Amino acid sequence: MKTLLIPAYYVFFKDTVSEFRTRYAFNALLLFVVTTISITLFAFGGDTVSSHVLAGIFWIIVFFSAMSGLSRTFVSEEERGTSVTLQLLTNATSVYLGKLVFNIVLIFFLTCIIAVLYQILVKDFVVQSYGIFWLTLFLGSIGLASASTILAAIIAKANTKGTLYPVVSFPILLPLLLTLINATRLAMEGAFFKEAVTDMQVLISYPIVLITVSLLFFEIVWKE
Amino acid sequence: MFEKLFLKISITIWLTIIIVVGFVFPIVDFPQHWYEFPLIPGLEDKARNIFFHVPMAWVTVVAFVMSMVYAIQYLKKRTSEYDIRSVAAAELGMLFCVLATVTGAIWAKFNWGTFWNWDPRQTSIFILLLIYAAYFALRSAIDEEQKKATLSAVYSIIAGVTVPFFIFVMPRMMKGLHPGSKGDSEGAGPVLEFKMAPNMLVIFFASLIGFTLLYWWMYSVSVRLKRLEEKV
Repeated sequence: MKTLLIPAYYVFFKDTVSEFRTRYAFNALLLFVVTTISITLFAFGGDTVSSHVLAGIFWIIVFFSAMSGLSRTFVSEEERGTSVTLQLLTNATSVYLGKLVFNIVLIFFLTCIIAVLYQILVKDFVVQSYGIFWLTLFLGSIGLASASTILAAIIAKANTKGTLYPVVSFPILLPLLLTLINATRLAMEGAFFKEAVTDMQVLISYPIVLITVSLLFFEIVWKE
Repeated sequence: MFEKLFLKISITIWLTIIIVVGFVFPIVDFPQHWYEFPLIPGLEDKARNIFFHVPMAWVTVVAFVMSMVYAIQYLKKRTSEYDIRSVAAAELGMLFCVLATVTGAIWAKFNWGTFWNWDPRQTSIFILLLIYAAYFALRSAIDEEQKKATLSAVYSIIAGVTVPFFIFVMPRMMKGLHPGSKGDSEGAGPVLEFKMAPNMLVIFFASLIGFTLLYWWMYSVSVRLKRLEEKV
């Protein structure tokens, strides 16, 4: 266990430090978020929009900003040629766990920013059950990161990295996104926690399934 | 050689009989002869779709599972034979997936009023189409043969584990028009109790077998072709 978690912590630490130094992913993501939110605001133009649509647009913004940022973790290793060094220095599972935690933190941070901006700027987006809302955001971040980390590792080995990533991720993430949209809508309509239990079960089981499969197959992808 | 010819001819005859029977046998109010189908209110002649649409969807799922199983085999044994089998199954799966989607959509137009209404089953077959499309997009983006085979095998496994979410979970959460959706009086779930008339049931299962054999034949031809291509 120690031989797994300590290297994983260092991989996470390395990624965080290099992110703080360059702020490459974060700046791009922040601008992306601001751009998409302002476009949606222009498009609404003061009209009243239903909670279904608002919840959908919220997760569209999260999905595409995640897609533009999360692939960096592996693509940058391949581009800078550091993946071979990392392969020599530590085992595959630790790399996966480190990158996974980094992606979860990044996407959760991002989702929080989007949530706050969205609540300030979009006047119809009123959340009534905050418990459901923040739990959805938290579990949603883990779910998004769990699927996109292994897919990013696959994509990093392909030729056309940028365009392929959303294409490959979308069908895998769709069951999660539909559940997230449903849970967000429930939170907006002020549902009790009891009503959101089915959604939460899906949101919890999805990352468990994907992280398990990723742990089994990551080494094959990583060593390819 | 003769076995293959025999298989080919018998599948042709088998499916011809099913197509003719499926379209020609009359649907009447009170069936008295073995060849008459009972009338189902609201479905009428549109009920015949079940002989073709459901087997196509079934073959799609069979092909998807086969592709995934061979992907796992490939990762274990690392011989191109399993990659060939996995791709052949995926290609045919995509073909039957399109066929099932189209037959379903046309049927929905006449029975539910629109070609598409995001019923959970329609959503799940749409996701399946997207998965196949992404699988082939991924394959075309990698040049090196071995890398292509390995990465697409892992992708098809990852896609495979998410399938239960939209086949078993989503239809129970969302209201839909297919049998087995949430709100269906006969209970939710992918496995339904068959309430078809016995003669329809016989033809339905005969069609299921026929389509599966057709798939098997197409699959074996495709695998042989790919083996030859690899040699050249």
